[in-house]
Amino acid sequence: MKVLSKIYMALIFALLYAPIIVLVLFSFNRAGSFTNYSGFSFYWYRELFRDSTAIDALKNSLILAVSSAAAATLIGTLAAYGISRMKNKYVKAAVKSVTNIPMMNPDIVTGVSMMLLFAAASSIPFLVVEMGFWTMLIAHITFNLPYVILSVLPKFSQMDKHLTEAALDLGCTPSQTFLKVELPFIMPGVISGFMLGFTLSLDDFVISHFVSSSDFKTLPLYVYNQTAHEVKFSMYALCALMVFAILILMIVVNFVGGGKTDGKVKKKKKKTA
Amino acid sequence: MMKKIVSLALAAIVVLCVLVSCTPSTGGTVTLYVYNWGEYISDGSEDSLDSNAEFEKYCNGNERIQQLTGGKKVKVSYSTYASNEDLYAKLESKAVSYDVVVPSDYMVSRLAKEGLIQKIDVSKIANYENIDEKFKNLYYDENNEYSVPYTYGTVGIIYNTKKVEPKDVIDKSWSLMWNENYSGNILQFNNPRDAFGTAHFYQGTSSNSTNPDDWKNAQELLKKQKAIVQGYVMDEIFNKMKSGSAAVGVYYAGDFFTMYEDNEDLDFYYPKEGTNVFVDALCVPSNSKNPELALEYINFMLSEDIAIANAEAICYASPNKLVYENEDYKEAMAELHENAIDILYGYDDTKMEYFHDLPDDTRDLMNTLWEELKIENEKGYAIYIICAVILAAAIVIVVITVVKKKKKARSY
Amino acid sequence: MKKKSFLEKAAAVPHFVWMILFIVAPLLFVIYFAFTDSNGAFTFDNILNLSSYGDIFLMSVLFAFIATVVCLLIGYPLAFFMSRLKPSAQKVFVLLLMLPMWISLLIRTYSLLAMLDNGGLLNSLLNAIGLPTVKIVGTRGAVILGMVYDFLPYMVLPIYTTLSKLDVRYFEAAEDLGCSSVMTVFKVALPLSKSGIISGITMVFVPSISTFYISQKLGGGRFDLIGDTIERQFLMNNNKNVGAAISLVMMILILISVAVMNRFGDDDGGELIV
Repeated sequence: MKVLSKIYMALIFALLYAPIIVLVLFSFNRAGSFTNYSGFSFYWYRELFRDSTAIDALKNSLILAVSSAAAATLIGTLAAYGISRMKNKYVKAAVKSVTNIPMMNPDIVTGVSMMLLFAAASSIPFLVVEMGFWTMLIAHITFNLPYVILSVLPKFSQMDKHLTEAALDLGCTPSQTFLKVELPFIMPGVISGFMLGFTLSLDDFVISHFVSSSDFKTLPLYVYNQTAHEVKFSMYALCALMVFAILILMIVVNFVGGGKTDGKVKKKKKKTA
Repeated sequence: MMKKIVSLALAAIVVLCVLVSCTPSTGGTVTLYVYNWGEYISDGSEDSLDSNAEFEKYCNGNERIQQLTGGKKVKVSYSTYASNEDLYAKLESKAVSYDVVVPSDYMVSRLAKEGLIQKIDVSKIANYENIDEKFKNLYYDENNEYSVPYTYGTVGIIYNTKKVEPKDVIDKSWSLMWNENYSGNILQFNNPRDAFGTAHFYQGTSSNSTNPDDWKNAQELLKKQKAIVQGYVMDEIFNKMKSGSAAVGVYYAGDFFTMYEDNEDLDFYYPKEGTNVFVDALCVPSNSKNPELALEYINFMLSEDIAIANAEAICYASPNKLVYENEDYKEAMAELHENAIDILYGYDDTKMEYFHDLPDDTRDLMNTLWEELKIENEKGYAIYIICAVILAAAIVIVVITVVKKKKKARSY
Repeated sequence: MKKKSFLEKAAAVPHFVWMILFIVAPLLFVIYFAFTDSNGAFTFDNILNLSSYGDIFLMSVLFAFIATVVCLLIGYPLAFFMSRLKPSAQKVFVLLLMLPMWISLLIRTYSLLAMLDNGGLLNSLLNAIGLPTVKIVGTRGAVILGMVYDFLPYMVLPIYTTLSKLDVRYFEAAEDLGCSSVMTVFKVALPLSKSGIISGITMVFVPSISTFYISQKLGGGRFDLIGDTIERQFLMNNNKNVGAAISLVMMILILISVAVMNRFGDDDGGELIV
């Protein structure tokens, strides 16, 4: 049984990783082809850094991911605070389910609905709506929000009510209580919400596909444009770099923090939400 | 543990942000938005000229243009589309604004009719005189008010000589695209106008027919073909033909040379039943923010060096006299493929047909038929049986759970 | 009862405004377009004409269903074995499972295509050792394979999470009471990890049924799914009304099935991840 399970796991992981490994290996292939190999070279890595469109796209992706995650974290944390203080059960349930719509809905429907909204808005006089950074920012904040709220809200309910009451009794105003007592307590939730939003936004293609323009192209859109023709091997080089970066991050994290698995399980649970 | 991951990641993000914000700001530039077909310009790869970068350089060193932009730097934002219909959808949505687009002939007339592209004054384009008279006053823009020809080309069949039997190509017919011996190895266009075009030519009707029956018959042909095609593709065909993933495909003559460069087993012919010839023209959309700069761009694209670089990079025929009369250009093309110049410029005019802009009802019919073709599936009854089984299983499971629950409730 | 402070009252207001503007309003627009024609007049035609898309819906559901079942069959044992490893090994495997999720789905799908294409790596290897070419790309199997490959981690992770939280003593007890190891899985692990299975199923099924990239690349555009149809209506045919009608129907179908599934899993009070 033990051996069988090991073989099974090895097999599945091998299949899961085969295309990725091939991709990393062939990113060093000077010929830029999967079928003939013409020697090891960093050519495509140099090409990548010479390709200003790709670098711009990467930059755009990072700007968008950071700003949308930050905005969503701000709005979402406040919202979670407000929701946790709600007394009316039904209102609370209603707010929660509307919030979760972008999470449950297929991405394509969210993207299409956003596109319709912006198209309609652009027909209103005096309101200039052009697809670009701002429409993408709005769309990304919208789909990040439920994830932020989902990571922050449980923290509020886990919190000991007596703590806030004590703070209030000792003379803190509600906003002071929020900043000094509650915020530090919910901080892990806030941070994981931000991280989640950052990752989702960085990776999103489908929603961006519907609300973007050539003005502001993120990396996934750039890749999509390439796969419609021919993928330059510099893209694989970029992927290989990402794989290495993630691997290094993982190894570092693994070595730095030994022992406990508790935090890890929690974080991963959030990721899968 | 968790904290460490998070702090590491946060640190990484902060560093990235700093890097991003350190790069020079984009203030003081004028951006020209160019929306072109994929693989349709010389982009600086393999030591060729980078047309867009050259244009930026040219603008920033040119006093007249500097006056036009108020001394700001010019930057070209270049992006691509895969079909005329994609371009139309983008322009029609009006949510994006471009300064230069490159629709094909029939799309030029449609865009002009619907007011989506603006009139341009060709007298302001000095290099317009380089354009061959043959490509002026064409049906889609009779008075040369809207468009300036960029390239022209033809559609033909590309096949892999290692995979296709010589006897199947001897009569040079469209029938190769319907030959069942190559089932799973045929590539068809992934846009209705071109795909229906192939069927029209094959069955001997005009691709501009307004007779619904012709279109329905063409659809029948395409349906028959659907069972044996490997896929409906646009520029994906490059990879597929180069790597030998498909044996037969239909695409533009110019692109054949690009594929041939990487795979010499490929060959090309014009089907005897006739085929499509098209002109792709530079136009300025109505909502362009920099129409004057757009004209400068168009003018620049017609200048000798740039036009030759583009023609050599994309391998399409050029309507520019300075290009096709240039000896170096001819030589370079002949080096690529011995018959290149002949294929590009020496085709039989009588067998070529331009696509015209279809009347609304015919276009609607075409789109409906295409939609039907795309959603049709040769599936047989198996699928219904599988679905019924799944549904039955789902119902059984639900019933069992409900019964169990009731039992549980009773036993308390 | 003390009065709510200003902060408590105002905190959620930005979110409410956002929700109404960017979640509710866009969906209202989908409904509006689904029930109007291109001139803006009210009509049921878009919805009624969807019957011609019946096969597409059926195909998409079937493809997504098969992909989900395959993911579950492959993923459950994987998650189970992972949860039985030493904690340090578990950590490594979780990271290994998450790594592909960080690489763009577009790239993963495309590299799968590059491997499986008729002239791709796999077939050139086969040809090199004298075997005939296997046609994979452009078949239904390729589309399903793509879905399984792309979404497998989304199935494994939630199941693993619930399994790893289970007390090992449950299994020990079951074995002490005479369960075989296979029985233990069916009688103990499976019922206790129901919530993980359900969120795994949702997380594979929803993206599978709405994908358009996978079917475009691996199916060669021959097997249109709902996602392809929606994308084509919006970005190519420019027919917002039909596109909105298809989106609306798909959305309702999915929301209903997700709700049913959650109800299903909720009866033992299991914690839901989605």
